[in-house]
Amino acid sequence: MSAFDLTKFYADWQIILPECFLFVWALFVLTLATLGKKDEPGRSGTFALWTILGALITAVWVGVTADGAAFGGTFVFDRLAVVFKEVVLGGVILTAISSIGTVGRLEVHRGEYYGLILLSAVGMLLMVSATELLTLYIAIELSTMGLYVLAAYHKGSRRSAEAGLKYVILGGISSAILLYGVAWLYGLTGTTNLAAIKDAVMNIYMSTGGFPPAMTLALIFVLAGFGFKLALAPFHMWAPDVYEGAPTPITAFLSVASKAAALAAFLRVFFVGLESAAMAWTQMIAALAALGMIVGNVTAIVQTNIKRMLAYSSVAQIGYILVGAVARDTWGATAISFYTMAYLFANMGAFICVIAFSERTGSDEIADYNGLAARSPVLAAFFALFLLSLTGIPPTAGFLAKYYVFLAAVNAGYLWLVIVGLLTSVIALYYYATVIRKMYFPSGETASTITVSKSLTLALVISTIGVLFFGVFPGPFVGWIQNAAQMLLAGK
Amino acid sequence: MMSGLLSWMIFLPLIGAGVIMALPKDNHRGIRAVATVAAFLPLVLAILLLAGYDPSTAAFQFQENAAWIPALNVNYHLGVDGLSVPMLALTALLCFLACLISYNITNRVKEYFAFYLLLEAGMLGVFAALDFFLFYVFWEVMLVPMYFLIGIWGGPRREYAAIKFFLYTLFGSIFMLVAILALYFTSTPHTLSITDQIARAPGMTHGFQMFAFVFFFIAFAIKIPTLPFHTWLPDAHVEAPTAVSVLLAGVLLKMGTYGLLRISLPMFPMATKYFAWPMAALGVAGIVYGAFVCMAQKDLKKLVAYSSVSHMGYCLLGIAAYGSVAALTGCMFQMVSHGLITGALFILVGVIYDRAHTREIDAYGGMWVKVPVYSGIMVLFVLGSLGLPGLSGFVSEFMVFLGAFPYFKITVAVGVVGVLLTAAYFLRMIQKMFLGTVAGQTEHLSDINAREMIAVAPLAVMMIVLGVYPALLADYIKATIVNLVKVIGA
Repeated sequence: MSAFDLTKFYADWQIILPECFLFVWALFVLTLATLGKKDEPGRSGTFALWTILGALITAVWVGVTADGAAFGGTFVFDRLAVVFKEVVLGGVILTAISSIGTVGRLEVHRGEYYGLILLSAVGMLLMVSATELLTLYIAIELSTMGLYVLAAYHKGSRRSAEAGLKYVILGGISSAILLYGVAWLYGLTGTTNLAAIKDAVMNIYMSTGGFPPAMTLALIFVLAGFGFKLALAPFHMWAPDVYEGAPTPITAFLSVASKAAALAAFLRVFFVGLESAAMAWTQMIAALAALGMIVGNVTAIVQTNIKRMLAYSSVAQIGYILVGAVARDTWGATAISFYTMAYLFANMGAFICVIAFSERTGSDEIADYNGLAARSPVLAAFFALFLLSLTGIPPTAGFLAKYYVFLAAVNAGYLWLVIVGLLTSVIALYYYATVIRKMYFPSGETASTITVSKSLTLALVISTIGVLFFGVFPGPFVGWIQNAAQMLLAGK
Repeated sequence: MMSGLLSWMIFLPLIGAGVIMALPKDNHRGIRAVATVAAFLPLVLAILLLAGYDPSTAAFQFQENAAWIPALNVNYHLGVDGLSVPMLALTALLCFLACLISYNITNRVKEYFAFYLLLEAGMLGVFAALDFFLFYVFWEVMLVPMYFLIGIWGGPRREYAAIKFFLYTLFGSIFMLVAILALYFTSTPHTLSITDQIARAPGMTHGFQMFAFVFFFIAFAIKIPTLPFHTWLPDAHVEAPTAVSVLLAGVLLKMGTYGLLRISLPMFPMATKYFAWPMAALGVAGIVYGAFVCMAQKDLKKLVAYSSVSHMGYCLLGIAAYGSVAALTGCMFQMVSHGLITGALFILVGVIYDRAHTREIDAYGGMWVKVPVYSGIMVLFVLGSLGLPGLSGFVSEFMVFLGAFPYFKITVAVGVVGVLLTAAYFLRMIQKMFLGTVAGQTEHLSDINAREMIAVAPLAVMMIVLGVYPALLADYIKATIVNLVKVIGA
């Protein structure tokens, strides 16, 4: 690389354009927040929304016009990146819309709230595209830094403070573990580039006919690091407390957008980088997925707080998603991507319902949902739909998602895992239906009617359209994701 | 004939549900009118279907096939043969009649009819689907409205009954889903088409057939329900509002036996042969056990509910005799006949419950004096249910026994005892409630009204017509059953 190549330079920056766009505007929103005398609740929110929409359009535009790797192969914009960037940005948009009420009630630092969300979103977008382990690590850090602060955003609340503290400590530890795993991998392969790791791992296998113990150790550390980020059992201990304590829009953000980005990274690391070591990690993932589905679903039954219940339910959901990972092929990658998509709308929608309910009642207790169908028929109907989608009842997107991951796992020969998954979804139905029962079959008197704010209604409608559209007319979209998965695995 | 007839049949109720959602909550008349029309139109289409169906062939007719999710080989594939035509007609008829019965729902009317029509769409879909994915979607879609219908408008223990129904059925369905996934991946090229899977059945290994058969059977057995999976049924039937009980007994239970006939028998003939005797034993156990439990019932609705366990046993016994055209025809006949009779019985139980608010058999006496028309109709259906010659119930029981006897002599002999027991509990009920002097709640009863009459009259007519002239129904079934027996290769 002797002379400065302007075309190359331009191409590189074009590929990273959505992140740049978002980053610049995130800084702008942050500055705006400090410049204003007394923060107006609406202003930075509006800016944030336009920013994210802009990023979304940019991402689509880049997806259409540019394609390929940048910065010496550390960053790619492939079909998979498009899919997951849209999912992440979709999650960010829904979070931003549903935050309007919450931010309005904040006394200080209203503007910074959106700024931090946007910064965190930049990290997530980078995660989705990173094809080199250190870039990935930095992206993960960037995305979580903002989240640590956001989790503790209710300044006066002890629970929120506890959530922030727990999250920062466990997040720090997990990042260290991940980094340690990356170091082991580097030691074994001499590179941090995923494509190069793939070849190096293959060479190790070919020359020795197996893997050294160090390889298993590296896999365990990397997997544990991802486990923390995804709140995968048994690394999920932080999730219920953080989910309960954090402001609810942030909980939603954590459970959807941040996990979607981590899943994209998971696909790149395990389906591409560590593909040749698959036989060493498939069993581990199968065990973790089974554990997640069992622990998440069983523990969710006894929860009395809706946010904790949804926390355990998302532990289970990650278990289902990872069922797709035991099939290390196009089926698996497509299933994981589609599930993430369905999970975005259903889980986000469920949390938005929780936000709408607590905005009017101040409660997150499941018992208080008694008679919601009479107090707000629309809200109850939305909530029931999202819960049914999380259960996997057709014709919602959740059903097709579950069908797809199980299809992939059966194809890979993991029938036992599918049976565990299906049996635990019967358990899941029980606790999801408990909430539905409370809402629709009230006992005793029900309180006054509840109105849902316009912004939340908008967010709910978007989620509903997502849940139903991808459940009923998934055809073209599934084909498109499948194509993205094929390209990922073909190494393009 | 009309193209897209089956789709219209399935989606008209859905459109109706959509219209109802758009109506104001308090416009009860409007909601009822829309629901009635939305339930009536599929019945009209069902009549067109009966008229247009060519009974001389076993081939699928009125087929519609379109790609739905190409990446997964999922097709929107509908079609009917001799198994599905009678069930579609029965479903459309019962849905319309039960809709009339639903007029007395006064609480949350809008939600009720929306769920009701969604349920109808799901039921019709199950009987028309020829693609496994589509079949499963319809099969599951039904659970949600059913859950709400029992849970909101049901009796005192409705919540328990609703969740029990939901969990039981979902538990069964997941086994079916595993089997469907396995079928998909063992076929080359991968296909979810039920007809293609039947075509490749001879190539399946014995072990695979056994596995898939058992998994499907769990799902279907819960739905029928056979012993020992029947415990959801008394709860759900008793707690459900009248119209929903009618559909539960009249249509939902038949999905289990329909599934066996549509999927298990032709697709896994080796396993069917292997499991024939266990199925027959389960069937007979259901017949006898159900009848004994009926004898102990004090609640009229519970009695009718348990009589379903007993009567569905005949269907299973008929299916177990897979090699006999008579037995399988008898099974189909029993599905229709039980739908007509038990549907009517639930409506009639609802009629007196609406007036006197009790279903205790002991609370009534001498009803024939007080409400003669009601009593006459009730006794007619009870006689039909216990298998009086000349009514449809007799034809089906006779054909099942006739067909099954050569295969399972002793088992069938035990099963025949069930007929006697059925007569015993029904006659005891008639004696207590309708004969003797006017006693207890009978004082408060008024006779059956015009709307209720309209709801049961078609069922009575059908029961008598099919009892006297069975060929009317048998003609539709015959070609398909003959072909089915040939496919199994008895």
